[in-house]
Amino acid sequence: MLADKDRIFTNLYGFQEWGLKAAQARGDWDATKKLMAVGQDAIIEEIKASGLRGRGGAGFPTGLKWSFMPKESKDGRPSFLVINADESEPGSCKDREIIRHDPHKLVEGALIAGYAMRARAAYIYIRGEFIREAETLFKAVAEAYDAGLLGKNAAGSGYDFDVFVHRGAGAYICGEETAMIESLEGKKGQPRLKPPFPAGAGLYGCPTTVNNVESIAVVPTILRRGASWFSSFGRENNKGTKLFQISGHVNTPCVVEEAMSIPFSELIEKHCGGIRGGKDNLLAVIPGGSSVPLVPAEQIWDAPMDFDGLKELGSGLGTAGVIVMDKSTDVVRAISRISAFYKHESCGQCTPCREGTGWMWRVMERLRTGDSSPEEIDMLFQVTKQVEGHTICALGDAAAWPIQGLIRHYRPELERRIAERQGELAQAAE
Amino acid sequence: MPKVTVDGQEIEVPNGATVLQACELAGKEIPRFCYHERLSIAGNCRMCLVEVRPGPPKPQASCALPAAEGQEIRTDTPMVKTAREGVMEFLLINHPLDCPICDQGGECDLQDQSIAYGRGATRYHENKRAVTEKYMGPLIKTVMTRCIHCTRCVRFSEEIAGMDEIGALYRGENMQITTYLEQAAEHELSANVIDLCPVGALTSRPYAFEARPWELKKTLGIDVSDAMGSNIRIDSRGREVMRVLPRINDDVNEEWISDKARYQVDGLTRRRLDTVWIRNKKGKLDKASWNEAFAKIAAAKPGKAIAAIAGDMQDCETMFAAKALLKACGSTLVESRQTGMDYPTDNLAAMNFNSTFAGIEEADAVLIVGSHVRWEAPLVNVRLRKAVKRGAKVFVVGPHWETTYPAEFLGDDVSVLGKLPGHVADGMSKAEKPAIILGGGGVVAGGLDPALALAAEWKLVRDGWNGFNVMHFSAARMGALMLGFVQKGGFKDLVAAKPKVLLALGADEADYSQFGDALKVYIGHHGDKGAHAADIILPASAYTEKAGTYVSTEGRVQFADKAVFAPGDAREDWTILRALADALGVSVGFDSFAELRAAMVGEVPALGVEGLADYGSKLPKGGKAKSGKIGYPIKDFYLTNPIARASETMQRCSAELLHGETFAEAAE
Repeated sequence: MLADKDRIFTNLYGFQEWGLKAAQARGDWDATKKLMAVGQDAIIEEIKASGLRGRGGAGFPTGLKWSFMPKESKDGRPSFLVINADESEPGSCKDREIIRHDPHKLVEGALIAGYAMRARAAYIYIRGEFIREAETLFKAVAEAYDAGLLGKNAAGSGYDFDVFVHRGAGAYICGEETAMIESLEGKKGQPRLKPPFPAGAGLYGCPTTVNNVESIAVVPTILRRGASWFSSFGRENNKGTKLFQISGHVNTPCVVEEAMSIPFSELIEKHCGGIRGGKDNLLAVIPGGSSVPLVPAEQIWDAPMDFDGLKELGSGLGTAGVIVMDKSTDVVRAISRISAFYKHESCGQCTPCREGTGWMWRVMERLRTGDSSPEEIDMLFQVTKQVEGHTICALGDAAAWPIQGLIRHYRPELERRIAERQGELAQAAE
Repeated sequence: MPKVTVDGQEIEVPNGATVLQACELAGKEIPRFCYHERLSIAGNCRMCLVEVRPGPPKPQASCALPAAEGQEIRTDTPMVKTAREGVMEFLLINHPLDCPICDQGGECDLQDQSIAYGRGATRYHENKRAVTEKYMGPLIKTVMTRCIHCTRCVRFSEEIAGMDEIGALYRGENMQITTYLEQAAEHELSANVIDLCPVGALTSRPYAFEARPWELKKTLGIDVSDAMGSNIRIDSRGREVMRVLPRINDDVNEEWISDKARYQVDGLTRRRLDTVWIRNKKGKLDKASWNEAFAKIAAAKPGKAIAAIAGDMQDCETMFAAKALLKACGSTLVESRQTGMDYPTDNLAAMNFNSTFAGIEEADAVLIVGSHVRWEAPLVNVRLRKAVKRGAKVFVVGPHWETTYPAEFLGDDVSVLGKLPGHVADGMSKAEKPAIILGGGGVVAGGLDPALALAAEWKLVRDGWNGFNVMHFSAARMGALMLGFVQKGGFKDLVAAKPKVLLALGADEADYSQFGDALKVYIGHHGDKGAHAADIILPASAYTEKAGTYVSTEGRVQFADKAVFAPGDAREDWTILRALADALGVSVGFDSFAELRAAMVGEVPALGVEGLADYGSKLPKGGKAKSGKIGYPIKDFYLTNPIARASETMQRCSAELLHGETFAEAAE
């Protein structure tokens, strides 16, 4: 269990004030100038050495991502940092907690990360539904400006840096990095084709890096305490601490900072008061937010909660939004609801996702009641394969994976419902 | 030049080519819906998926992927086949099965590609999506349930037309293509989205349920609604022209035509002159025979006192035949500028669009003098927009009109040319490829001399570049100038000569009252202004009903074929003039169309060669700017010629799009 002294987010639960004074008392904005003085490349090297992998879901090494940014502007284009606070994944609620209670970690991280990648400004794109959180963030940024921590000669470092907070309008797809850039530019939030990648031509055609809130917010602490401290947690290639968000059928759902690779059982027993009705009542877990496939109880119980460990189970860490389902759950209905979500949030730009998500949801709804046939399960699996990997962005994949997970692990349940329904129909016909 | 391998075949592709282009170079067909050569890449239909190594182990959208050295592209693997089948299945699940009642049937990309790349049967048993109809104006009929969301129409209106008229609402499977607030699409190129639409979502409203593509005879023609010489394909069935489509010609109209060129053809069956008419003593017109008409003209004994005016849509052959007839009579009283312009015509380089339409795209500073480019030549406007996108500056002298690119209006009077603001003169003189576009309105206001003076000052004619452009509006104009179908003093010389017989060759914009009691013979195809003023009407052919040579305002000589026969008693123009020669007892020296053309080419050899005529590049000196208020010749884009004025579609466009009248839907 992670010791209190090793926690990065010391005000995660809002027991203290979020404001600048309280944040400084917790150690934020402490000698930021000195952290920046080591130089841009040294910061990137330190982050690389810390083994920090992107906390938005894909787990791309953050330091490596920063190193793709141009070292100098050959044509006068500025670089930008875009911070993804459009946390809309069902099951995820970590960025919300950071912004609510520890916004200065994010703002300071924005300055340091922006400085390291030679960005002119950072844009924080915050989810439209986060109304109070956006208010907090606006105030936090204003506080930082007033204290001379942002703007010209930010924090006395001699570097000019601005932070803009931009509110989204409630579209899940705007959490996709290129759709977010489109939305920031004032267009309809639809993912762009890649290449060109944002590091080459992103926001307003300028080099851009898009990072998750958590990835940015941990940066100052990593620099203060050193890469070796951060990498002392977790397994090889899955280093550091991570905010886990456990929801569903546990006794005390919570957001908690823990070391990576913590076994699922420990996470549940130590922090969440165990599964509702005991360990044997666990049915399945969606370990990384709605877009990863579910894992049945017997496989997840001892699994390490990290990128590689969950990948081996055919799932993923995603945002570490752990959705726990006990045996009272109608698992087909749960996945069907997730399908409905993706159908609703598909941007409609490319064919497989636009047409496929609706089709998959409709079939799922019928499978829920058993109004189907066993062959249709195979067809549905094929359709998910037709969507997966054929789309511009990853929303198509995210819509396909939960259904694939369901069919992989719960096919007998699906067939049972079909048989039951057919039996009912036969009875009614008599 | 990267080398790639397509299905085992190694080829070299140009720099910047995409994988799709590489496959095409290798002779592989790649199915596509959203990709279009002239629009930006959207990559959203996902039909063009291919397998590319090195790369992720999933199919890649070839339209958006740059071809790179050493790539191994496969278009024939099971993965590609499944991917195409999958995408096709998705496109079809919500596409209605209404091909039998769809106007796109037979020329539908979705039909063709589903046969080639789709599965045989459907697996989708849910309800199909239905989308409410959208109103897009009098030209575009929408059946949005058929839409496959390729966004070609959206990209066209944004990128080519330059007006954000069409866009997408909502998201996911509820996404709908519509115009802003369901207003009519107003741009004069709007109907091109009908050609772009790969399915039957946007079809032609006037052509709805008229014909199937396989019933139509396709004839290659040249558009005469403006002086662009747009290349068109005339689709006809029996004796009726059903529709007009653009032909691809990168030098002229690229792939587009104006709405007028496309839709004025329904005027070809209305208000037609299909019999001979002679005005009686009471001033009423009586039906008559050709012999009676010819006898009456001969009885007028014109001798030398015979004159001819050519209209805006005449082909070179007709004008040459008329000139030959007059020459045989001993007269040189010919004129084609019916509205009275009298600019000098000895040097055609000073009257030509010298930089060419394709060339104007490269201009980096353009001064437009007295031309409403959007209405006078919509496709030149498209080129100008491209130039501006590349960084060109555009200045306009003349009353304000809505440009589709940033442009600075300098004033309404040509005297502005004598005192241009510093930044304009600077911008023009320092530009690498400066250009002046002088329109008809500018010429009338006296803009020719100062424009020529500026051309000399800014050295518009330089190595490999001639930036002096006069933009005519009449399809017949450059041909007439080449044939010498002009008078030194213009129209008023004809009036002053007091001819006994006046031949009006489809001339409907001239003021005939000035000719007093001359015998006015109208040879034309529509009962318009010219016919109203005529004493004798001889029915002739419209541009779709005769072969002919046309010269566009950039001096491009082009030949058009005959698509249909003229209605009733109407004859091809040259045969009427030939018969008139017999009636007047003179000899013109040709008895067939081939002989006529040979004689014409003998006199003006440039008319025998398709392509740009060479007028040299020496410009006259020019002179000082005088004062003259500029007015544009076109008051109503949709009603500029007798065919368009007779067209129901054009009348409705004029009323609805320009004058704001609303029409109740007939069906509702």
